[in-house]
Amino acid sequence: MSRLRGRDLACRQVVELVTDYLEGKLSRSDRQRFQDHLLGCPHCTEYLAQMRETISLTGRLATADLSPQMQDELVEVYRQWRAGSQ
Amino acid sequence: MESDRDFLLRLRSGDEQAFVGLVRRYHEPMLRLAVSFVPSRAIAEEVVQETWLAVLRGLERFEGRSSLKTWLFRILVNQARTTGAREHRSVPVADPEPAVDPVRFDPFGGWADPPEQWIEAAERRMRAGKLADRIRAWMDELPGRQREVVILRDVEQMSSEEVCAVLAISEVNQRVLLHRGRSRLRQQFEDEFREEEG
Repeated sequence: MSRLRGRDLACRQVVELVTDYLEGKLSRSDRQRFQDHLLGCPHCTEYLAQMRETISLTGRLATADLSPQMQDELVEVYRQWRAGSQ
Repeated sequence: MESDRDFLLRLRSGDEQAFVGLVRRYHEPMLRLAVSFVPSRAIAEEVVQETWLAVLRGLERFEGRSSLKTWLFRILVNQARTTGAREHRSVPVADPEPAVDPVRFDPFGGWADPPEQWIEAAERRMRAGKLADRIRAWMDELPGRQREVVILRDVEQMSSEEVCAVLAISEVNQRVLLHRGRSRLRQQFEDEFREEEG
């Protein structure tokens, strides 16, 4: 069932559907209308590319280094656990 | 990469290097997540410390039905919630916050102020190693629930099912929060690179 009334999507609706689109959660007909809109709208095409880029950049954040002090503390916790469990 | 199963065997048998690998990989991400549940970083640090203890205590009982990572983050979230420092609020599904400021559309809903291009500039700055800290700061500014979902989905690369299990939220809530969080971050990128040009 389509969640959307009317035939053509407005840009303002498209930006709210981007995540559902990327998650594969749009109905077949809504997905078609979303894609039809993109074909005629360079701004929304750019917007979708920017959302993908946002996801990509966030996914490249490396884990910050653990301070040596914290690592030592945690290793001590592990040693105590090991001593107690064996 | 070594499987969770082999890794668990090493942990259980008292292999210190295995534990060091685990804390180096997950301590900071868990801290970032914990901060959104409790009022201060100091309390978040305590929560993560308690989480490691709970992980070690639960190691023998872990059956591997979820991934090791999902299991770790679930313990963390449970610890953070029991700490009770933040009241557990329900998530509004009908979140009124739009992905894009409504003033950027004309009365028919078309773009009046279309998105500024920033992808190439962002890639250049990311490669130069000068963007990651900014992104982390923007993530810290996200509302708590949005931050939790974005960290788990987009930084930790968990599936939506895993995130729902870790945070005990519905799939629909998860998606709404993800949408709001990602939309806010996109806007931050646009603002950042608009300023740079201007």
